[in-house]
Amino acid sequence: MNDQATETVEAPASADDLVPTRHTPAQRIQHILHANPALSPLIVLVLGLIVFGAVADNFLRPQALSLLVQQVAVVGALAVGQTLIILTAGIDLSIGVAMVLSSLVMVKLNADQGVPGLIALLIGIAVGILTGLINGLLVTRLNLPPFIVTLGTFSIFTAISLLYASGQTIALDPNAFLLWTGKTISIGSVSITWGVILMLLLYGVVSFALRNTAWGKHLYATGDDAEASRLAGISTDRVLLSAYVVAGVTVGIAAWIVCGRVGGADPNSGLNYNLQSITAVVIGGTSLFGGRGLVIGSLIGALIVQVFNSGLALAGVDPNYQVLATGILVILAVSVDQWIRRVKA
Amino acid sequence: MTQAMATAGEATQATEQPILEAEGLVKLFGRVVGLRGVDLRLYPGEVLAVIGDNGAGKSTLIKCLSGAMLPDRGTLKVEGRQVTFRSTQEARAAGIETVYQTLAVAPALDIASNLYLAREIRRPGFAGSVLRMLDQKAMRQHASDHIKSLGISTLQNINQAVETLSGGQRQIVAVARTGAFGSKIAILDEPTAALGVRETAQVLRLVKDLRDKGLGVILISHNMPNVFDTADRIHVQRLGGRAAVISPKTHSMQDAVAIMTGAMTVPEEEQSIR
Repeated sequence: MNDQATETVEAPASADDLVPTRHTPAQRIQHILHANPALSPLIVLVLGLIVFGAVADNFLRPQALSLLVQQVAVVGALAVGQTLIILTAGIDLSIGVAMVLSSLVMVKLNADQGVPGLIALLIGIAVGILTGLINGLLVTRLNLPPFIVTLGTFSIFTAISLLYASGQTIALDPNAFLLWTGKTISIGSVSITWGVILMLLLYGVVSFALRNTAWGKHLYATGDDAEASRLAGISTDRVLLSAYVVAGVTVGIAAWIVCGRVGGADPNSGLNYNLQSITAVVIGGTSLFGGRGLVIGSLIGALIVQVFNSGLALAGVDPNYQVLATGILVILAVSVDQWIRRVKA
Repeated sequence: MTQAMATAGEATQATEQPILEAEGLVKLFGRVVGLRGVDLRLYPGEVLAVIGDNGAGKSTLIKCLSGAMLPDRGTLKVEGRQVTFRSTQEARAAGIETVYQTLAVAPALDIASNLYLAREIRRPGFAGSVLRMLDQKAMRQHASDHIKSLGISTLQNINQAVETLSGGQRQIVAVARTGAFGSKIAILDEPTAALGVRETAQVLRLVKDLRDKGLGVILISHNMPNVFDTADRIHVQRLGGRAAVISPKTHSMQDAVAIMTGAMTVPEEEQSIR
């Protein structure tokens, strides 16, 4: 009451201010989606599950869903790192081949050189971190656009992988420690792999850090408006570098998960993972312009792609339609993001 | 409000010492003279406007004061202690808070996060020291108290993303930042340049509130009516030097423009040099 009185005295308002702002239903939806970046992908995921559940009657069975989650473990883990980089308004085109390189190092050290599994794993993860560090240093020290840097390192990491493995797929001994991520644990008819649990842990830790620490706030702020953040006193270069290094850690962990999934390492599989990780992030509602999005959205994004792929396959549709559906989803997601960004007070 | 004014009044009377004092600042860019020995004194509880034509050295002066630029010669004192700022962070640590023309806030973050950007509060104990968790509740509470203490009624929801605010409200958030951390000096570079009439009035009222809270405020503006409405004293830059320091009480806007363009000079005894 008192507040209102002072308001009228202090600010002789225009007519606009006297009438409470009215929002059309579309604007209200826009506001809700704006405040909850993971909501629109979640709706798509639920709709997808309902539709494909109705079309293909074996789709919603626990076995089918378990398999579906296992299939997103690798892309899901990579998408964590990709999300961090996209949140800084960057992009990482090299993340998939960096993971391939990291997994090759693990597998080759273990299978060919006889290095113990745990040490091979740690060296492999270190290689993952190194790839992130290289990208990060090139972006921050040389001020190159992330797109160009990672386009370059994409080719470099691919070449190193192929040279290192002589283009060969390497298989691991079925009892190797590195294959632990592929081992399943079953609860009733639901069975998930340790790789899935590892991926979920990764989401938990990174979500926590983004949400609750100053580092998280600074990452969002830097992606949102780097210049304003710098002027506010954030050392934006350190924030950027840290994003690439943490992405490198996720590369290493994804490499371990991929070992468990394929039973070894394949130097030729990187390109798919690159694009799939970006697709998951974009469909998951994280803005390519930086500063907006949730890491959990990328998990939802990865699941959406897999739900559409599996659903269409189970419905007996030509596999080429899966690719078509992914393309439409990406364009829809970016359009929705653009619309949400135009939100007004 | 009245209490704040009273304390501010006492503070000005008690301390004759300027809160910020620049003496003989010189800045050269090769053969071009940016500043040719500029003096500036700012007292707590006053708004000192800096005006001048383009190229008069306003920006250079402000950059030297805010730590964005190191002067080639001259001394800088904060509360009587001599200081050298090698970065804006060092200036901020000394209590000088600067709001830049356009690049003031991170749009996607909420108001509280923006107020506390780069100086977040961590939780006490294990959660803060090991898990590095932020004390969001405390930050929101403080931010909300601060906004209230400034009498800003247009910002109701502290959790609102800044991009959902109008241009004026965003600038209010940016200016409110300056008073939030016990800083003593606020430098505002054209805070109203992109704003409408009503929003400008709100920002300028906030500027006066900061002054009434005892801060020394330096206001750079091109808008003469705003300057004459808000400032206690006006520092006029011309050709890299200080042409005069006048008061809105003793000189008119026409005088100010005349001094800016060199059409008029003011004898020292008629100036408002404190």
